[in-house]
Amino acid sequence: MKLTRILMAFVLFALIGATAFATGTKEAAPATGAAKPLRIAVVMPSSTTDMAFSQSMWQALQIIQKEMGGASALELKYSENMFIVPDAAAALRDYASQGFDIVIGHGSQYGSSIREVAPDFPETVFAWGTDVNNFGLKNVYAYTAAAEQGGYVNGVLAALLTKTGRIGVTGPVEVGDAKTYIDGFVNGVASVNKSMPISKTWTGSFSDVALMTAAAKTHIANGAGALTGSSQSVVGSIGAAKEAGNVLWFGTQADQASLAPNLTVASQVYDWTGMLRDIIANRKAGKLGGDAYILTIANGGLKIAFNPGFSIPADVKAKADAAITGIKNGTIKALP
Amino acid sequence: MMNVFSFDVLSGVLRTMIALSTPFLYAALGETFSQLSGVVNLGVDGIMLLAGFFAFYAVFLTGNVWLGLLAAMIVGLIMGLIMSLVSVTLKAQQGISGIGLQMFGLGMSSLLFKVLVGTVKTVSGFAPVKIPLLGDIPFLGPILFNNNVLVYGGFLLVPISWWILEKTTLGLKIKAVGQNPAAADSVGINVNRIRYFSVCLGAVLAGVAGASLSISIANLFQDNLTAGQGFIAVALVYFGGWSPVGVLGGALLFSLANSAQLWLQVLGINVPASLAVMLPYLLTIVVLTVAVNRGKQPAALNKQFFRGEN
Amino acid sequence: MPMAFMLQRNKAAVKAPKKGDGFEFMLRTLVPFLGVFAALAISAVVLLMLKTNPIVAYSAMLQGAFGSISGLSQSLVKATPLLLVGLGVCIAFRASVINVGGEGQIILGSIAGTWMALSFPDLPSAILIPACMTVGFIAGAFWGFIPGLLKARFKVNEILSTIMLNAIALQFMNFLLQGPMMDPEGIKAGTFLAQSARLPESSWLARLIPRTQLHAGLYVALGFAVLVYIFLWRTTIGYQIRAVGLNPNASRYSGINVPFNQMLSLTIAGGLSGLAGVIEVMGVHRRILEGLTGGYGFTGIVAALLGSLHPLGIVPASVLFGGLLVGANTMQRAVQIPAALINAILGLIVLFVSGSALWIHNIIKKRKTAAVVLAPVKDAEQ
Repeated sequence: MKLTRILMAFVLFALIGATAFATGTKEAAPATGAAKPLRIAVVMPSSTTDMAFSQSMWQALQIIQKEMGGASALELKYSENMFIVPDAAAALRDYASQGFDIVIGHGSQYGSSIREVAPDFPETVFAWGTDVNNFGLKNVYAYTAAAEQGGYVNGVLAALLTKTGRIGVTGPVEVGDAKTYIDGFVNGVASVNKSMPISKTWTGSFSDVALMTAAAKTHIANGAGALTGSSQSVVGSIGAAKEAGNVLWFGTQADQASLAPNLTVASQVYDWTGMLRDIIANRKAGKLGGDAYILTIANGGLKIAFNPGFSIPADVKAKADAAITGIKNGTIKALP
Repeated sequence: MMNVFSFDVLSGVLRTMIALSTPFLYAALGETFSQLSGVVNLGVDGIMLLAGFFAFYAVFLTGNVWLGLLAAMIVGLIMGLIMSLVSVTLKAQQGISGIGLQMFGLGMSSLLFKVLVGTVKTVSGFAPVKIPLLGDIPFLGPILFNNNVLVYGGFLLVPISWWILEKTTLGLKIKAVGQNPAAADSVGINVNRIRYFSVCLGAVLAGVAGASLSISIANLFQDNLTAGQGFIAVALVYFGGWSPVGVLGGALLFSLANSAQLWLQVLGINVPASLAVMLPYLLTIVVLTVAVNRGKQPAALNKQFFRGEN
Repeated sequence: MPMAFMLQRNKAAVKAPKKGDGFEFMLRTLVPFLGVFAALAISAVVLLMLKTNPIVAYSAMLQGAFGSISGLSQSLVKATPLLLVGLGVCIAFRASVINVGGEGQIILGSIAGTWMALSFPDLPSAILIPACMTVGFIAGAFWGFIPGLLKARFKVNEILSTIMLNAIALQFMNFLLQGPMMDPEGIKAGTFLAQSARLPESSWLARLIPRTQLHAGLYVALGFAVLVYIFLWRTTIGYQIRAVGLNPNASRYSGINVPFNQMLSLTIAGGLSGLAGVIEVMGVHRRILEGLTGGYGFTGIVAALLGSLHPLGIVPASVLFGGLLVGANTMQRAVQIPAALINAILGLIVLFVSGSALWIHNIIKKRKTAAVVLAPVKDAEQ
């Protein structure tokens, strides 16, 4: 019994000790200034640090907050890991009833929830994506990203740069922007070389990093000289490329150069700031919704972030720039 | 279609199989000890996550992979103590306490990751070590003898576990406690102490399994890095019929199927990806169904032991 | 004659222990609360380290779960699938099999129900809704029948088969949502979202309170709690299932077909989880989409065990557990802590509550010993 008690105490201390590491810094509460700050809340399906979809939105909101002058001008709140849809619906409703000015449902699975909640709060602006459907509601903005466009550019680069003449694609599940990005990528490769072999794998999961790593290694063993892929689990593919040492990486959703500084050629970055600024301005002007935003290269919502640490031969860069210009002015169609 | 059965493909399939099977080996062999002593630990996944995080974090801070491994083992031990405290001393329903442990590990690892690291970063984990001479054998050399230390360790653990369980008094005691705790108690075996030992040993090995994910396979940490592998490991114990060799067979079969389905996709064979991904799960059930010898479940598995009442 | 005697004796042996008195009931209800408090006390330390006031956080939690109509109804929304899955776990557990396959069974049930509603959109609600529930139940039951059959016929352990079947069901849903069942609107718009078409309105379950998600599925779940109670305690098959769980050997000697009863209980458990799935679809989502199961296949096990594996105990347990999940989310919104902390706290709560079993056991044992001593005196008084 004594042993048990000592063990109990030990376990308790270990628990507390482990959490003692977790002394994060919290931003100070918004100062109660004279002007009422704008209040934005966002509900996201994964973590704000996923290096992909959720992180891209959270970073954009923080940039906007800085621009506007910090927490006293823009109050931000978030709910992350809301992969259970009824929970997300409750969060959206709760934020709206707390009087938030703009409520963002950042996940394509939140459509039905927005459709139910938004009519009950006609004064609140709702934005959701990725989809193009605002259900005909006057206070809902829909948004999506034309992921195939950056996919096309990445495809052109990959086809020109792969040293083995072979390319691998590591995807999660063939849906949503994971599908459209890869469709664009394949089309981009084909625009350079119609007969270049591309292998595709789908792991069936958005989060299985180990299987994604194995998939990437399989591509490499099969002779792929360039890899790309989508979802938060592609960090596994990037790790595999890095381990191989000579396989190039093409990123999407967020700038992934930091994970493989020598091998990442370019990343397609979702930049939501323009759209957010627009929604904020529209709201000020009294327009609460009704539009659908599509991030494209032309409107600046999609950016191709070339990795400064990787030197691209001038002729290749020129062809990539030509592809970007072509997509911008519509002479190139990213999807076949 | 020609190249499906080529030498390179076969060697590639086997190499991926070896890499994928390592975490399963550690976790499932550990769970075998735990279950043989009568305790089902459904929290393996949570242990792998928390230990995997600390392994990553130690390497992230110090760059020393051995410190990472040590951190994982210590975290595994602590989680094992929690599990034994709740399930052995406090006689909790093992199924429920394991799920609690899993939720705790999942939450805690993501929380610490977010607060301490912030976003995905890579580290350099265990590097492959080529074994002299053996590593030069054509075909088999690169597959079997050019891996990292954790991989070798996982495979060495199979005969070691077998030896402990079949040839030592400790092994006998573990099995006795799992078969008939009251009888074991009556001949002077301290049932709770043996169960504490087995659960903690299992948890330490689950910790190493977590480390093999975060500092050997993926070389990074990410929320829910295991993606449910801990549960598969528990299933593999049933597949292996509580014998280390059986567990090895299960881990290799599951990983072989997974590796093969990836190769099927890479080679462009026209199967819908979701059906290919199903393959390892399906095969595991089918093989176990048609296999003759299924091992004997420890009689006192998942049963609390109340001294002097049974 | 000896045979008949044995049958008698063993029937007596496998009879359920006498139902506890009021004290035992109170103990079983109250001690889990102590576990929750202990877990929250430890979590308070973590909250302090994250520079968050635990009192503010916990009051937000309580307020969010039960302090308003919207909070309370949200807790009931979560309780509905927890209750159905938990009832299934309870039946399986009574036959000493563990159903870890809830996730897969939920998926199968929701796929079948969705298929039904999308195929026959013109049927009137009075026919379509029960039909969807029936096919959902059958599909889930089929997914529970497989591990049941494998266990009965081939002695394949149900934990192994249900874990594998969960993964298979998930990939099957992925397969359907990538092609055959993908929302045609998503294909037309080029978004290719992983969701099915929206169900026809005739298949929607009525919402009980406006501006909440609370739906009529709650009544169905409550009805099934009563049905399961009657099934387990008032029917011969239910009696046999419980007998198998209490003492498989004695049951076997007294002529009860143990493998059959275990298979049956897994099948029913699967059916109840499948029903939970189709009710989620018709009441909340109105389509199938990724993340549909919400982990209820696992949290349902916790709810069942918190409810002491008694159908009527699982009702309050799932409401409380649902409230805990809802409250934890409210707390996250109120004090803006990382969402991962919620899982850590829930895990601690489960550990503490399950760890409180010993105290209950010991206290009851002490009372029973005391009762044995007192009993003769009582008899003498009469």
